[in-house]
Amino acid sequence: MLFAKAAPKENIVVRGARVVDPSEGIDAVLDVRVDEGVVAALGTDLDTNSHRVIEGEGLVLASAFVDPHVHLRTPGREDEETIASGTAAAAAGGYCAILAMPNTEPVVDSAATLGALVEAARAEAEIPVGFLAAITKQQRGTELTEMAELADVGAAGFSDDGVPVSSPGLMRRALQYGAVTHRRIALHCEETTLSHDGQMHEGEVSAELGFTGYPSVAESLMVERDLALAAYERQPLHLLHLSAWESVQALRRARADGVAATAEVTPHHLCLTDEAVRSLDTNVKMNPPLRSASDRTALVEALKDGTITAIATDHAPHARHEKDVPFEAAPFGVTGLETAFAALYTQLVEPGVVPLETILERMSAGPARAYGLDEPRVAVGKPANLVLLDLKASYRITAESFRSRSVNSWLLGATVKGAIRATVAAGRVVFAA
Amino acid sequence: MAEIRVMREDLRPPAPPPKRHFISIKDVSRDDVERLLATARMFERSLEREVKKLPTLKGRLVINVFYESSTRTSSSFELAAKRLSADTMSIKSSGSSVDKGESLKDTAITLGAYDPDVIVLRHPQIGAPHLVARVTDAHVVNAGDGKHQHPTQALLDLYTMREAFGRLDALHVAIVGDVLHSRVARSLIQALALMGAHVTLIGPPALLPRGIEAMGCETTTDIGAIAAADVVYVLRMQRERMQEGANYVPSLREYAARWGVTPERLRPGQKVMHPGPMNRGVEIDPRVADHADALIETQVRAGLVTRMAVLYDLLTSGPVGVKTESVLEVA
Repeated sequence: MLFAKAAPKENIVVRGARVVDPSEGIDAVLDVRVDEGVVAALGTDLDTNSHRVIEGEGLVLASAFVDPHVHLRTPGREDEETIASGTAAAAAGGYCAILAMPNTEPVVDSAATLGALVEAARAEAEIPVGFLAAITKQQRGTELTEMAELADVGAAGFSDDGVPVSSPGLMRRALQYGAVTHRRIALHCEETTLSHDGQMHEGEVSAELGFTGYPSVAESLMVERDLALAAYERQPLHLLHLSAWESVQALRRARADGVAATAEVTPHHLCLTDEAVRSLDTNVKMNPPLRSASDRTALVEALKDGTITAIATDHAPHARHEKDVPFEAAPFGVTGLETAFAALYTQLVEPGVVPLETILERMSAGPARAYGLDEPRVAVGKPANLVLLDLKASYRITAESFRSRSVNSWLLGATVKGAIRATVAAGRVVFAA
Repeated sequence: MAEIRVMREDLRPPAPPPKRHFISIKDVSRDDVERLLATARMFERSLEREVKKLPTLKGRLVINVFYESSTRTSSSFELAAKRLSADTMSIKSSGSSVDKGESLKDTAITLGAYDPDVIVLRHPQIGAPHLVARVTDAHVVNAGDGKHQHPTQALLDLYTMREAFGRLDALHVAIVGDVLHSRVARSLIQALALMGAHVTLIGPPALLPRGIEAMGCETTTDIGAIAAADVVYVLRMQRERMQEGANYVPSLREYAARWGVTPERLRPGQKVMHPGPMNRGVEIDPRVADHADALIETQVRAGLVTRMAVLYDLLTSGPVGVKTESVLEVA
């Protein structure tokens, strides 16, 4: 389900880092030796032989991140991102695997389109990348795609991300057929008759600024519908980019009732509220929109208590000239691959709101589990998927600092803490700073 | 006559520091508003003279850029600039490069190359003046950006109310109608709150935006609430913003019957205002519009002198700076 360019596996020793892997219950200063791409030993004073040595003193070594929600804009908008640039950005962000959404031009809704992407990934992907295919043809919400064939070709899951599956009847059919594919169905929850033309969260800020509101209930109503269908069909599902308190409540209830639902949340929804829109900066315009302080608090709590198990960037590159317009004319979406950890570390970990271990787990094992991917682990015998973090590094994020082809980051100009020093993905050093 | 000393050549305004704008009422203080109103009053007196033109802004260039149709605002800005002897240029979106798909940014950069002192901008999208302010060196005056702000309208409305009542403090203003789509309402609510007036919003539920009370006003759907107000400010039913099938109200007929401002709903002495253009028979009964208690014509005259005041103020002492807040500062 994951594809990357062929490259030799490496022999590496990361020396003297604080190894933190909450899934393995490790938090100790250790050397980690990687033989031919596989973690071979954890210990002290390990022999380096002729291995590539990465000094980890004063740094944190963790299992590398998995981003379950990336827009690679390929095919169709290669000016905004390509498989090569997007996976390079992911490597710089500490990721060892990413999943790309199918809302491209054309939509990934046929074996031919998906097959071409798989081939391209084998030629140019710096880190393993998986591709979701559309649930409905051209994401129009009227006809199912040939999901079984798409799964055979390598679809990592199914989603109409960007738009909802509006018809409850068709959504039910998709869940039923999903059982055949053994792939996760991932849902963009939006009742478009309520979000219609909405530019930002409906509340005091939208009332004052005059923007058409996109109310929380536009999301939570669809979340409730999809959870009800999943419960009825006894099928799992994954909820994309939750933003509202009401959605979290619905998910918590459904999970308590035994529904196999997972969910993700983005760094921007964890760090910002609709107050940020007062800046009229088009880099805080995204769908779903930034919501109120109480929504943000609910998302943080859900991340901590495990109701939400995955952090996803929803990395959505846009051309500069498309964002350099009045807020209402700008497309939805912000980039995030290269800034996710720093944003979360700066805004949540350092102030003591969320423990580091929770962030690491929700950026790595959590999202992998949601899609049935192998969880990255710092454990002997496992493929080396490692990230080396410098928690003390403080730096300013500028447009020049990105490997992504696009720079529509909400963190432009911000000073953050927490840098990626090295990334090992599938046994290969894919990034070193 | 200390007030008109600006006419003296030796007191021509000094070269302005760059980048002061009038984009939102939020960016001005009560003192700024008082100064602008006083300046407008001074200009009103100067307009009583036989020769109405003042040399104050001679040699200055004011470019009016209107991406939406407008009669009152565009004509009063143009006349305001001419009365102050500034050179003016008017760009409309139709017949310009905008028709050819030029972006606002590129249009602004192009016009900025002529070194205008002021760009007056009306645009259908919120935040357009901020963008123009960012890419040109001109002072930017917001003549209406989408549903966001129309600060010079609020200023002329304050001026009109002050003239009629002699005060703004503790004045009770009922704003009636389509608040949701109204930049006029947003600027006016802020301006009235700033000056200590009391504001009640009245209209159909779907046209009163959720959360608007946080701007410092109260809301009700009961048209009877206008009885308590000193001023009844009638908003235009923005038919062009009413999307097909949006069902904000079942029909204009039902709106007129339930929320239309009629003589029967007013008590004697109440003043009625409307930013124009009016839909007679919809939000305002023609008998109300033509009655002596209507201040609508006064508003139009006030528009000229307050806009003169804004241009003068920006190019001389000047209040107003656009606050550039970073995302993280406001988060």
